[in-house]
Amino acid sequence: MFKILLLSLLSASVSFAQIAVKADLLYPMTGDLKPVKNAVVLCGPDGKIQAVGPAAEIEIPGGYQILTAKVATPGIIDAHATVGLSGILNSPKHDQEQLEKSAPIQPELRALDAYNGRDPLVKWLRDLGVTTVHTGHSPGTLISGQLMVVKTDVPSITSLKDTLIPTSAVAATLGSNALASGGKSPGTRSKAVALLRAELLKAQSYAAKISKSEAEQKDAPDPDLKLQILADILSKKTPLLINAHRHQDIAAALRLREEFGFDLILDGAAEAYLLLDEIKAAGVPVIVHPTMARPFGDLENMTFTLAAQLHEKGIPFAFQSGYEPYVPKTRVVHFEAALAAAYGLPQEIALAACTLYPAQILGLDDKIGSLQPGLHADLALFDGDPLETMTHTTHVIINGKLVSSSQK
Amino acid sequence: MRPRKLLALAIAPLLAFPLLFSAPNEKPGSPANPLKAYTNATLYPVSAPKIENATLLVRGDTILAAGPADQVNIPAGAEQIDCSGKTIIPGLVCTHSHIGQVAGGDGSSPIQPAVRALDSIDVRDTSIDKARAGGITTANLMSGSGLLLSGQTIYLKLRKGNTVEDLAIKLPDGSFAGGVKMANGTNAIRDNASFPGTRGKSAALVRQRFLDAQAYQKKRAQHLTENDPDKPFERDLALETLADILDRKRIVHHHTHRHDDILTVLRLKEEFGFEVVLHHVSEAWKVADEIAAANVPCSLIFLDSPGGKLEARDFKWRNGAELEKRGILTAIHTDDPINDSRWFLRNAAIGVRAGMSREKALEALTLSGAKMLGLGESTGSLDPGKKADFVILSGDPFSIYTRILETHIEGQKVFDLTNPTDRLYAEGGYGAGHAREASGCCFYR
Repeated sequence: MFKILLLSLLSASVSFAQIAVKADLLYPMTGDLKPVKNAVVLCGPDGKIQAVGPAAEIEIPGGYQILTAKVATPGIIDAHATVGLSGILNSPKHDQEQLEKSAPIQPELRALDAYNGRDPLVKWLRDLGVTTVHTGHSPGTLISGQLMVVKTDVPSITSLKDTLIPTSAVAATLGSNALASGGKSPGTRSKAVALLRAELLKAQSYAAKISKSEAEQKDAPDPDLKLQILADILSKKTPLLINAHRHQDIAAALRLREEFGFDLILDGAAEAYLLLDEIKAAGVPVIVHPTMARPFGDLENMTFTLAAQLHEKGIPFAFQSGYEPYVPKTRVVHFEAALAAAYGLPQEIALAACTLYPAQILGLDDKIGSLQPGLHADLALFDGDPLETMTHTTHVIINGKLVSSSQK
Repeated sequence: MRPRKLLALAIAPLLAFPLLFSAPNEKPGSPANPLKAYTNATLYPVSAPKIENATLLVRGDTILAAGPADQVNIPAGAEQIDCSGKTIIPGLVCTHSHIGQVAGGDGSSPIQPAVRALDSIDVRDTSIDKARAGGITTANLMSGSGLLLSGQTIYLKLRKGNTVEDLAIKLPDGSFAGGVKMANGTNAIRDNASFPGTRGKSAALVRQRFLDAQAYQKKRAQHLTENDPDKPFERDLALETLADILDRKRIVHHHTHRHDDILTVLRLKEEFGFEVVLHHVSEAWKVADEIAAANVPCSLIFLDSPGGKLEARDFKWRNGAELEKRGILTAIHTDDPINDSRWFLRNAAIGVRAGMSREKALEALTLSGAKMLGLGESTGSLDPGKKADFVILSGDPFSIYTRILETHIEGQKVFDLTNPTDRLYAEGGYGAGHAREASGCCFYR
């Protein structure tokens, strides 16, 4: 009896112990992004990183649970997904919440009102090392709704605090994916842009009315969810993420940004290689389409070398899992990074583009994306090069807690 | 092909082993049949263990020898191609592909055996160029899984050619090699009066048609016995194809995901005695013992995640390992466009990640697939006498960083990464969505 009690006490103390990670090769994703050999990361009791450095310099205090790994990286960040909204069963009215097609422009739809953190695909990604997702409404209408940033260990959104950013961006689509048929608008690219401009002009005047009412201390105009969020885009509180693949659609997105002065994130951008100078000049980041996206429709001229070309040009970029309508129902963002590494992107840059770079694009690099004291203790542990297909994810840590040891 | 014959084929390469290292046929090369020696390569014959510093000797469309450099005699006059630092593997065989705009039966009825993939294929479609860039030399092109039986498949060598006949594999009787595509589970269940609404109805419809085919076989045999010139036999294209299945002239390639659907296929095979390959087999891990007991080969898909539909919810990466443990003949397919043909090697690497041996994974991409198409005697491994179908890689077949450098079919180079147009189809870029320029035409790029 005493033995059992002791064992249970021991196991309890083990499961609540703070974690120390010992890695043969650690990618802190700081400085020149190069990995450090034989390093240690201590996770503090507050879920933040306590210390990072060479094993010789860091003493692991007693009582820490020590996890060893060949390779450790910051928790993987998926720069654009629909996971949690587009569920595993692909069953409309049951687990497909990523696209509402009743109207072409619906920026008021919040991701957090639809997100299901208990969907098996969230666990699937978490077990593989993905700790944070930028997820929400998919491409497919002119403005489909909002995106949010959430950790993959959050099962339900009980308050806005369960997210890292409750409204991180609004998702727009230019190109054939957002065109309607059967006499509905928008039926052409020109009409799509005209509709978008008209709506943004409305938001401009709505924002002006609010400013005026505040200045004159008069009654504010009636609240309008749609115009409020569009006004947030115009004031650069929320970026507009525009999914555009054809070069003419990317050019249209750049023109809209020029005209209305919002923060633009280019998404997908299959033909971005044709407009590298223009994108660079605009200072716009690109969340590239999955490297294994299917080369059809607007993506027919996509190239596996896009990430390498953006990197060489010095354009900020990150990888995404994107939206998948069938099988596989989700992609895995570091698998997409891996293939870009096979097509000219340096290996550590490919890893940065699913850790540090997405954190920077989302404005979260003071919290996640690299391993530094004070940042969230989110880590992925591997038994080899994280980009090699045959490598297993051995452990996943979120906010200092072990959330997976499935050896997947 | 009967299982016994399959077994004989599996043993054949072992018997051929003593010949492997010599060049038994010392005939000199000729302009029509040039001699080429690919030297200093790391070579995976698949029928035998990996060979370092190997030579692959080819004359015309045929392999003369494959072995260690010091055991392969390179005849005078042979062109020598240095493959130092490179890896040579057999041409990849995709047992399940939808490239070339292939089509089959339409939405008018659930069982359409008379419809041929042959009549739909566009050999200039970019998907075929991309498959060559992915190292695929042989492919089973088939229609989709939206019908219980959507038509006849066709086995192609992805040769450079003008017509589908140029790519087709001919059987000794002059006909084109191919199987028949069948499916069960939810894809063929439709809200349409002529289609099944349940799994029970799906199986009943199929069984009735095979019973019809058995009657047709009898009638045809009787007609041949009577041999009455005044009574011409009325051919029925659909029943003729089903009779070919019963006569084991055509292999059934059966889409199936869920454990109970897999068992339904095994029951049909038991009842009608046809030859069948299970395709996709998402829940193979649940009924691996039953598959092994039935001695039925499997062609697996490897996806980056489960789901997308209810019946793929329980898909597992360890399907390959579970089948390997039980000695089940296992291939892997792309199901292009589900998995792009250019990532075919990567699919097998997922199998290795989840416990398949590297040897069986490479075999699953080559020889095992060839056997499932009844082509194991002529392709799928690097053995003397087989067709010179091979791929030259920059390194380890399963490393993500490895690039496919060249693809050869029957001694002809059909993909070369250094060729700018080939490279466009290998990597993508502006124009990759359009077909290769027709010679003498003005198609813009």
